Amino acid sequence: MSAASQGMIQGDVQSRIDKWVARYPSDQPQSAVMAALRIVQEANGGQLTTALMDEVADYLGMTPIAVYEVATFYSMYEHQPVGRHKLCVCTNISCMLRGSDELLDYMKQKLDVEVGQVTADGKFSIKTVECLGACGGAPMMMLGKDYYENLDEKRVDEILDGLE
Amino acid sequence: MLPLNECCYRLNHLDTPWDIETYIENGGYQIWKQVLAGELSPQEIIDEIKTSNIRGRGGAGFPTGLKWSFMNRAAPGPKYILCNSDEGEPGTFKDRDILRYNPHQLVEGMMIAGYTIGATAGYNYIRGEFWEPYKRFHNAIEQAREAGLLGENILGSGYDFELHAHLGAGAYICGEETALIESLEGKKGQPRFKPPFPASYGAWGKPTTVNNTETLASIPVILAKGGEWFRDLGVENAGGTKCYAVSGHVEKPGNFEVRMGTPFKDLLEAAGGIWKGRELKAVIPGGASTAVLPGEKALAMNMDYDSIAKSGSFLGAGSVIIMDDHTDMVKACERLSWFYHEESCGQCTPCREGTGWMYRVIHRIRQGKGRPEDIELLRNVGGKIMGKVICGLGDAAATPVSSFLEHFEHEFRHYIDHGCSIFDRQ
Amino acid sequence: MVKIEINGQVVEAKEGSMLIDVADQANIAIPRFCYHKKLSIAANCRMCLVEVEGAPKAMPACATPVTDGMKVLTQSQKAKGAQKNVMEFLLINHPLDCPICDQGGECELQDVALEYGDDVSHFNEGKRVVADKDIGSLIQTDMTRCIHCTRCVRFGQEVAGMMELGATGRSEWMEIGTYIEKSVSSEMSGNMIDLCPVGALTSKPFRYSARPWELQSHPTIAPHDSIGSNIVIHAKGNEVKRVVPAENESVNEVWISDRDRFSYEAIHSEDRLQTPMIKNKGQWQDVDWETALAFVADKLKAYAETFPDQVGVLAAPNATLEELHLLQKMARGLGIENLDHRLRQSDFRLDAVQPHSEKAVQPHLNLSFDGLENQDLVLLVGSWLRKEIPLLNHRLRKAGQKGAGIWAINPETFDFNYDMTQIASDQWLLKLAGLVKTVAEKTGHQSDLPQWVAQSEVDTEVETLAQQMIEAENVSVMLGQIAQTDAHYTELVQLSACLEAWTGANLSIVPLSANTVGAQQVGFLPLKGKNAEQMLSSRTRMYLNFGLEPEKDLADGQLALNAMRQAEFVVNMTAFDSETQRDYADVLLPISTFAETAGSFVNAMGRLQSFKMAIEPVNDAKPGWKVFRVLGNLLGLDGFDQTNAAQVRSDIALTPLSPDFQSLEAAKAPEQSAIVTTEQINIYAVDAMVRRSPSLQATPDAKSA
Ligand SMILES: Cc1cc2nc3c(=O)[nH]c(=O)nc-3n(C[C@H](O)[C@H](O)[C@H](O)COP(=O)(O)O)c2cc1C
Ligand code: SF4
Ligand code: FES
Repeated sequence: MSAASQGMIQGDVQSRIDKWVARYPSDQPQSAVMAALRIVQEANGGQLTTALMDEVADYLGMTPIAVYEVATFYSMYEHQPVGRHKLCVCTNISCMLRGSDELLDYMKQKLDVEVGQVTADGKFSIKTVECLGACGGAPMMMLGKDYYENLDEKRVDEILDGLE
Repeated sequence: MLPLNECCYRLNHLDTPWDIETYIENGGYQIWKQVLAGELSPQEIIDEIKTSNIRGRGGAGFPTGLKWSFMNRAAPGPKYILCNSDEGEPGTFKDRDILRYNPHQLVEGMMIAGYTIGATAGYNYIRGEFWEPYKRFHNAIEQAREAGLLGENILGSGYDFELHAHLGAGAYICGEETALIESLEGKKGQPRFKPPFPASYGAWGKPTTVNNTETLASIPVILAKGGEWFRDLGVENAGGTKCYAVSGHVEKPGNFEVRMGTPFKDLLEAAGGIWKGRELKAVIPGGASTAVLPGEKALAMNMDYDSIAKSGSFLGAGSVIIMDDHTDMVKACERLSWFYHEESCGQCTPCREGTGWMYRVIHRIRQGKGRPEDIELLRNVGGKIMGKVICGLGDAAATPVSSFLEHFEHEFRHYIDHGCSIFDRQ
Repeated sequence: MVKIEINGQVVEAKEGSMLIDVADQANIAIPRFCYHKKLSIAANCRMCLVEVEGAPKAMPACATPVTDGMKVLTQSQKAKGAQKNVMEFLLINHPLDCPICDQGGECELQDVALEYGDDVSHFNEGKRVVADKDIGSLIQTDMTRCIHCTRCVRFGQEVAGMMELGATGRSEWMEIGTYIEKSVSSEMSGNMIDLCPVGALTSKPFRYSARPWELQSHPTIAPHDSIGSNIVIHAKGNEVKRVVPAENESVNEVWISDRDRFSYEAIHSEDRLQTPMIKNKGQWQDVDWETALAFVADKLKAYAETFPDQVGVLAAPNATLEELHLLQKMARGLGIENLDHRLRQSDFRLDAVQPHSEKAVQPHLNLSFDGLENQDLVLLVGSWLRKEIPLLNHRLRKAGQKGAGIWAINPETFDFNYDMTQIASDQWLLKLAGLVKTVAEKTGHQSDLPQWVAQSEVDTEVETLAQQMIEAENVSVMLGQIAQTDAHYTELVQLSACLEAWTGANLSIVPLSANTVGAQQVGFLPLKGKNAEQMLSSRTRMYLNFGLEPEKDLADGQLALNAMRQAEFVVNMTAFDSETQRDYADVLLPISTFAETAGSFVNAMGRLQSFKMAIEPVNDAKPGWKVFRVLGNLLGLDGFDQTNAAQVRSDIALTPLSPDFQSLEAAKAPEQSAIVTTEQINIYAVDAMVRRSPSLQATPDAKSA
């Protein structure tokens, strides 16, 4: 790890990444790449950039392409702009059986936005996701780091209207 | 009344079951202390686990005691115990509640497992979306460390053991154990070709054992109450309780820890029965990768490996997806097929190319553009994937399609002939 | 050894070796795409599935270790069925554009498809299209054709030592590439073209210029470094269209450097000298060979008779053995002794210490290429081996992978593609002195040290290196280009010789050019005359330059140019025309490149490799050896009657070189330590040909000069 990394990886971001690095065998800093990407993505308004990925590569002693591979393999990394609130709506089987398609339509209409796009004011974006492991509370979505379960239109209104 | 929550979910009814105090008040860490005091040897532990007849809860059902015995405890160098909390198969949400409501039991289970196989450290691979469960587990580690139950020279025993959580970032395939290892190493989650198996070449090239969350969380209770106790809760070919995640068209979806061999209809009843007073049409008994069964077959079976197998499916991870008589089976099949297409890691040809092909054909059928020969084609493509791939995902992708076709071919035909589902008027 | 049965045939095999290797050795064909014997096993294409008795599923032959008594069927219904299935999957997203694909005719996918593909695919959905990215001047990509075998990715990680291509995305969206637009910069990148089984990665310069079946293959030897890589020239008619490696495990394995692959562009460049020319009163005139040679013979004779010690003969170290031999024979026949091929050397003091013989200290690799792989510790002195001799560096990289400790003492830190310790300092001579001093102290040779060495400072890194050199079993010290062109070459060699003497290390001065060793063996050296530097800095009336551009190929280009301008008569025998030489030269004779002549090179480890003419000389060019033969006869010298290159060769008595470093005494080291830093010669500037390959000149490496 280069101590003199600048850009995003400094201060709090750096110390958070360092804590992850410390979890793995000392010669395996690369194991922290997923955490590092998540942390810099959060710090950058929910989106990765090539510059950020390069910085992570440099910080963890990886080749940039190895970081791009990881960053494009996992679905939680974003390479396009997202809204301040990224609504991750599960549409997999259990949620579908309990009305996620209709709920998704409702949300798109309410926010006037398509899946994969950001509202004009930059506040929301909607993403459909695969099963999030909360099928007992279907239909459900993830917003930030929290799960919202047993959704219906009324509940969605409450949640979305209550956001800044 | 159906006996519920006797092992992994035994603390769920308490106010703060995730706190170390609650756990210790309820007998927690007793076994770990015995182990540290040298009262339970690795061999004794393995014997007890074998007696318990517990089979891996991650989906494959491999006997846990046997798996542990593959590790050469005496081999020099680091060794690892990994917990698989990736829980990504559609319909599965049982491990989440263990992480949320009983994290200490998992911590204790991982430490005991680690000790038994001679591991120097353990990692719990938790899917990236599970932030709250991750926090609960992470706090549990911190509490255990503060209590001196983890770290260096634990309780003066001279034994060192470290435990950490690792967070995924969205990829179902990382539940496959070798993909999980690759991901832990900071790479794409692409399964490794086996052999070598993790027991000889695992995380960072070191001997490694991977177990499911539920499997590991069961360990402290098995050792506390005895392997025979656990075994006798279950059936001949599989001991203990099992956490079933029931979702779909039921009144009270959720997790139910019941005894192995519980009749399916009792489980259904525990989940409040079919919602809206409708009829049962179909059941996927073990998670999206297991074959779908018509309702009547399901109603006649018990929830254990052999009985479900006899009905033509698999217990898998115990993820029971219930479908009522208003369900469009072609749409359900299309959705599952998209899932496997989207989640294929991409490395082997049949899975990378075949899952997309299957999805496209079903999608086309759903669009009303199906051709009569498509049904044969779908069976065919599935068959071409099966058995020719590196990991289980390819087979898992083919199974739902072939079983939906087996039991609900007429619904596909209806789409092909009429351009719409059996529910649509034309 | 175990016995297995493949298709009923009993085959012996080493236990644990992979089925596919065993089958290959028994000449039993199993189709494959991802497997390559030089790369790690990925088992991802699934094309090699075969039936193994007792196994429920078809097994990938590339990843299935053989066990005693194993029974394998490669042609059974189950095996063939599995292979056909995989083939169909591979083809559903592969464009069927063979007629316009550069790989058409030599495509592994096309070949296998003919045998295993069902003629009609049942796939009716749209095909995937992948956007292309520009990855530089050497490799053309068409990623829609990619079948994701990951050979190129593994090559980068495992062989090139720099991961430049990767597989991003997953499932069907997985794409091989650089992700961002970026030139691939490995000096061995062209090997990916050979590795790619389909037309996804093809040669950019070769693009659309010929179809494989129109090409004739001509095996020959690469001329740009001392590996002597075995190559095949693919020519259409008389035009070289591309160069590919020929397999030779002990020389270049299956690889070649980009320099050897793409330099052929120069052969048909517009810079080629068209015809013999004579300058008459400041005007250049085209003449025929007869006229030109008669003129040169007259002049040579005249100068040799009057001023034999004022005639200089310089030749490039990648001239063939035959050319160098006849040239020195002709010169010496005329009494000319000023001969040299050591063009870039600036310090010739060793010549005085060591009279020429096969035991003299001179460039020669004192171990085999394989042998280098098995060293425990290797110290590079004054070398960026990676860009000097890419394939030798590859061997060293393998040594590192097997656990060897690799060190370098260099004027600066260079970008190597493996883990090593670099001791970099502009006082690098003193670092080496410090190392020698430490070794002397640890081995009881203190009293042998000259004072300046005894006074040198030692840091902990040097201390560690000294200890390791003493302890390690197989140690090699290798002096590279930077050392050889340095003004302190003598001290560097003498100090290194002490290391050899006191630690038992194997010492080599790494030969740099294709025929550096051969040039010494034929005595293309100033045995009794002036060396290159002396010729240039003293009065030399006539020069005969063979295969070089003095301003670019000699240590001090400006000095060389001035010397040429001041000379009375200059003959350049060269493949290329240039404004610069038209200014000072009097006669220009067009000479064949390596592709247009028969000849031989002796590689770094002393292996003689002869080759035939691949194409007829372009324009009016002639092979150098033929020209010397004619000149020899015109000059009335004996021994110039050969009718082919092989006869010339049989005329040469080659004595293997075995430099004896022990005869060098450290005590002779002078009392000085001023440091002059020589420069690394750019990988794509080493000779006139590579300087004229546009594709190489467009790479990041060439631009970084
Ligand atoms: C595609 C695929 C996904 C899997 N996902 C999971 C998972 O999410 N959780 C899990 O415990 N096991 C999963 N498995 C099974 C694991 O590979 C492994 O068998 C299991 O973690 C072993 O634990 P056990 O012996 O305790 O069951 C998956 C397997 C495959 C092929
Ligand atoms: S079967 Fe699919 S998911 Fe598994 S290794 Fe092959 S491509 Fe990856
Ligand atoms: S060659 Fe064996 S799987 Fe590709």
